[in-house]
Amino acid sequence: MTYTNPPTVPRKSATFDDYTLSEIRRAASTGIYDIRGAGAKRRLPHFDDLLFLGASMSRYPLEGYRERCGTDVVLGSRFASKPLELKIPITIAGMSFGSLSANAKDALGRGASAAGTSTTTGDGGMSREERSQSKMLVYQYLPSRYGMNPEDLLKADAIEIVVGQGAKPGGGGMLLGQKITDRVAEMRTLPKGIDQRSACRHPDWTGPDDLEIKIMELREITDWQKPIFVKVGGSRPYYDVALAVKSGADVVVIDGMQGGTAATQEVFIENVGIPTLACIRPAVQALQELGLHRKVQLIISGGIRNGADVAKALALGADAVSIGTAALVALGDNDPAREDEYRALGSTAGAYDDWHEGRDPAGITTQDPELMGRLDPELAGRRLANYLKVMTLEAQTIARACGKNHVHNLEPEDLCALTVEAAAMARVPLAGTSWIPGNGGF
Amino acid sequence: MPVVDLATAELRTLNQALHHQAPGSNETAWEVLNPHGAHAVAVGLNAPVTVTIKGSVGYYCGGMNREAQVVVDGSAGPGVAENMMSGQVRVKGDASQYAGATGHGGLLVVEGNASSRCGISMKGIDIVVRGNVGHMSAFMAQAGNLVVCGDAGDALGDSIYEARLFVRGSVKSLGADCIEKEMRPEHLKLLGELLGKAGFDGIDPTSFKRFGSARKLYNFSVDNADSYG
Repeated sequence: MTYTNPPTVPRKSATFDDYTLSEIRRAASTGIYDIRGAGAKRRLPHFDDLLFLGASMSRYPLEGYRERCGTDVVLGSRFASKPLELKIPITIAGMSFGSLSANAKDALGRGASAAGTSTTTGDGGMSREERSQSKMLVYQYLPSRYGMNPEDLLKADAIEIVVGQGAKPGGGGMLLGQKITDRVAEMRTLPKGIDQRSACRHPDWTGPDDLEIKIMELREITDWQKPIFVKVGGSRPYYDVALAVKSGADVVVIDGMQGGTAATQEVFIENVGIPTLACIRPAVQALQELGLHRKVQLIISGGIRNGADVAKALALGADAVSIGTAALVALGDNDPAREDEYRALGSTAGAYDDWHEGRDPAGITTQDPELMGRLDPELAGRRLANYLKVMTLEAQTIARACGKNHVHNLEPEDLCALTVEAAAMARVPLAGTSWIPGNGGF
Repeated sequence: MPVVDLATAELRTLNQALHHQAPGSNETAWEVLNPHGAHAVAVGLNAPVTVTIKGSVGYYCGGMNREAQVVVDGSAGPGVAENMMSGQVRVKGDASQYAGATGHGGLLVVEGNASSRCGISMKGIDIVVRGNVGHMSAFMAQAGNLVVCGDAGDALGDSIYEARLFVRGSVKSLGADCIEKEMRPEHLKLLGELLGKAGFDGIDPTSFKRFGSARKLYNFSVDNADSYG
């Protein structure tokens, strides 16, 4: 009898996994960092790590479909004479015309308006498609000031001063040459076909003291009518919220690192900023200490996918949430029905993130007329409206189960956490215990 | 002539009165007294009125101006005439940083000196400075003309796009992708017109040098990585 030593199974490194190795090879071959769209893809503590407790002996539930559960929210009541009145606590995040096609902006406007909520412009100005379809439109005031003009400022329903975004706190915008068409170039006052790098800092203010004066100027220009939002990337939420409030914001928007971008370096997306879940409680704490919780509204974004995420964000103290990536998926982004085309681009449905290349088979992140023509704004808008309604119904279902007659009555006490990390970030007890890590000294 | 004394009147009252003048109003010349460095004076104007401010102002005077003529009979704080679309803003003294930032159109005249980042991200505005400008002026300047009758500081025109820069004195250094360019007859003609509009008729256009983009950084190339560093 012969004996063969049993071979060991080839073992790949957890540190040098397939993706890491492929990125080293790609970098060695091209000499340039990887650029992509979307937000952080790594596993992060998130809303999935929280659960609602529901009603029990001490809490009465409300009857589904019968007993009322409100979802309306007013944004900007602190100083603005014309605050935004939304029917649902879910808004559409800023995404630029340029990174998105005109049809996609049109569809976002249609869907949001049908659901009773707002959309937000982006770097590159206000497109006529979005203004005509969005009943409530938030006009972003960005470092680049592309397309910024007082006429559109006065047409807006609110103004959002963008300090940063979750995918890249501290980074500027990027729109590569293949998407700088004649129309995009004209709106941004740039030569056609160049790689556009937007500024990461505002050109005419630095720091909260300046921002206070900038906000005052915008209020003076718009006769103190428009709500003014300040958007920051998830980074130092306690201090950022306090400083935004000090600067005079009506609304603070915090975008966690799962929040999407049109085009940014992979290394930036995955390594700068903090998870959405970690942003909410410090932000709420800052508002509570200032006596302004629910008076200065807090909008949370970055990885919101369903009504449970909405309910959890609100329970932790947010007034509303904002969606970007999920809204694009509702329009038709990354649909497996186009798998052959995603494969041809070297990707697969569900993973396609080369939004900066302008070759999106779904016609959303492109300026190519043929591709853009594939997106029917009416149909896509209806899909978005459906999705927003489902998210709202889901959030109401959970709120009723917790005995709340308005989604804003959800509270941290309705939640528990599945992991120690989530318990610490959300400041709610680990499930089955009364332990909140960080409270009580350990 | 309407006269608004900011020692007693609210700034909000002044700006809203200027925004909502009745069509055809003959109140086209306004005077503002005692600004005492107030911010956001005469911002968002949208009609062909003249507003003369007797004294120095703070941040963002004349911001987002359309059509109006704003005269600051003193000095101006940061961001004077920021994002101006049309009309004219004239500062008789000096201007602080970011003068004319992101302006799309119109004319900004600074009779004294302008500080750093004059014309940052300018998008079509014309800026004429009788004295000097500070460092990083015309940073990421996209379109329009910046005329400096004195000297320019460090890193002039860094990351410039298609704006044209004219400097009569010395330039301490040029920023990334900014180079000296040939002064052709059409540029001399343009420069003469800008100096004339600014009221600086005695200055010879041929005494200026022209600067603009080398256009080498318009599309990213790893071979240019050192230029970004």
